[in-house]
Amino acid sequence: MKLAARTYILAVLIFLYLPIAVLIAMGFNESPLYQLPFSFSSHWYVELMSNRKLLNASWNSVLIAAITAVIATVLGTLAAVALSRRQFFGKEALRLLLLPPIAIPWLITGTAMLVFFYWTGIGRGFHAILIGHVALAIPYVVLVVGTGLTTIRADLEEAAMSLGAPPVKAFFRVTLPLLAPSIFGAALFAFAVSLDQFVVSYFLATPGSSTLPVEIYSAIRKGFTPEINAVCTILLLGSVSIFLLFTLFAKPGASRDRS
Amino acid sequence: MPADAASRTPPTPDRALGAVPSAGLRLPSWLVTLTMLLPTYAWLTLAILLPLGAMLSFSFMTATPLGKKEVAFTFKHYRAFIDQPYLIGVAWTSLLIGLWTTFLCAVVGFFTALALARATAGRLRETLLILVILPFWTNGLVRVFSWTMVIREGGFLDLLARSVWPDAPSLGFLYSLPAIILGLVHGYLPYMVLTCYIALVTIDDSILEAAESLGARKWTVLWRIIVPMAAPGLISGSVLIFVPVIGAFMEPRILGGPRGVTLGTVIEEQFTQAFNWPLGAALSFTILALVLGIFATFSGVLRRSSSL
Repeated sequence: MKLAARTYILAVLIFLYLPIAVLIAMGFNESPLYQLPFSFSSHWYVELMSNRKLLNASWNSVLIAAITAVIATVLGTLAAVALSRRQFFGKEALRLLLLPPIAIPWLITGTAMLVFFYWTGIGRGFHAILIGHVALAIPYVVLVVGTGLTTIRADLEEAAMSLGAPPVKAFFRVTLPLLAPSIFGAALFAFAVSLDQFVVSYFLATPGSSTLPVEIYSAIRKGFTPEINAVCTILLLGSVSIFLLFTLFAKPGASRDRS
Repeated sequence: MPADAASRTPPTPDRALGAVPSAGLRLPSWLVTLTMLLPTYAWLTLAILLPLGAMLSFSFMTATPLGKKEVAFTFKHYRAFIDQPYLIGVAWTSLLIGLWTTFLCAVVGFFTALALARATAGRLRETLLILVILPFWTNGLVRVFSWTMVIREGGFLDLLARSVWPDAPSLGFLYSLPAIILGLVHGYLPYMVLTCYIALVTIDDSILEAAESLGARKWTVLWRIIVPMAAPGLISGSVLIFVPVIGAFMEPRILGGPRGVTLGTVIEEQFTQAFNWPLGAALSFTILALVLGIFATFSGVLRRSSSL
């Protein structure tokens, strides 16, 4: 029974990873038409280095993701602390307002942003994508930091205050250092959300400001070479390393307080 | 432990919060709360709420207000399903894709979660869980694209088949409904595994042992105890999958080709090619109403399983 169950898990993992493995392998296959049998070549990676369009899009992606991570983390952390540590009217309603960016299909949020930004003159482009990505990332930051806050006892801060520390000092010297791993985890999460975002960017991008996923999509639609596999592989590598960093940082935050 | 963590950071200037000076004048508490919340909610208003409002008003316009075109108020775009009967077929395709994807994810994901919860433990379980979640962090577009390498004619699937039987006919099924569903199942399966796993690990072993010692067969235990107890996970997983799938447009485009006409692709077309924004907006809001209906129906289950 146990063996059958484990074989089943293995089959599911093969299903999850097989196409990705094929994608990566085809980036190292010489044939521009993806013809098999396989013959190794790093030609497509070399080619990639001189593809202006893809390089520019990659740079845009990383830059937008980095700025998104900073803004969303600062705003989201402030909101998370207020939502979990301060008493005020309408808290439940504010919590509910965090759901639309996560729960509404991106197609709808993306097209709505397109309509509104066009209407108000904000327009499309780098800044528009940035506004959209930050909005999509904030709820995740609030969630991750909020979870971190539940593992930190509020009475530590109260103890500091009863010993004479002003509230702000108590927060910065007691809660914030304990919260740091969660905040860093949230920033990584926001970075990943932005880096992987396609739909919203697709509707807001202009030719010069397109991000990597948008460029990949238009290449898939218009015709492509294994160069696209190469750039996809690099993107995969980026996401996976962020994930590993995230598991490294988000966990110690939780386990440290339990000790 | 907390003490040494606290002592490691240098003293932070008290003005860093911007609103609360440490001594002397102390701002009222409500103002501090407001200052902390305002940036986030102002941003969400600008980027999410106002756009949705703008889209709602667009959906009642006779034409896209580009240039000097006269626009008037109308309900006609909400009648699109009656006026343009082909949309009913499109909606049916979308629904079919959504239901199949959710069903397949539920079956495969439930048993994966069950196997993880009952047949693995400790380090192995942790590693396997991470391996299941990991693809989730990778770009969805890249994963969909990767399937085209596998299921196209002369792709990896054919290579595999021909290594067994050299004259095998092509098994490639790219540009078909099953291809779209396959890509979507691949993309959303981790959701279901996670939600089911969270529900399943809470089941107490002694309940299952009690059932078995009373003579219940494996299938009886599965259907009468495990599945009902995993129901919240199955339901919230299904909601989390069905909702984004019903609005998918990139997967049907890439894996469905000309066959991949769904509500998602029709909406996208209204905004990028046909420039019939009012129709696109009305269709979007029709889907949004469906989505909100689903969330309202299952909100109790969703809240319970998210608090686990």
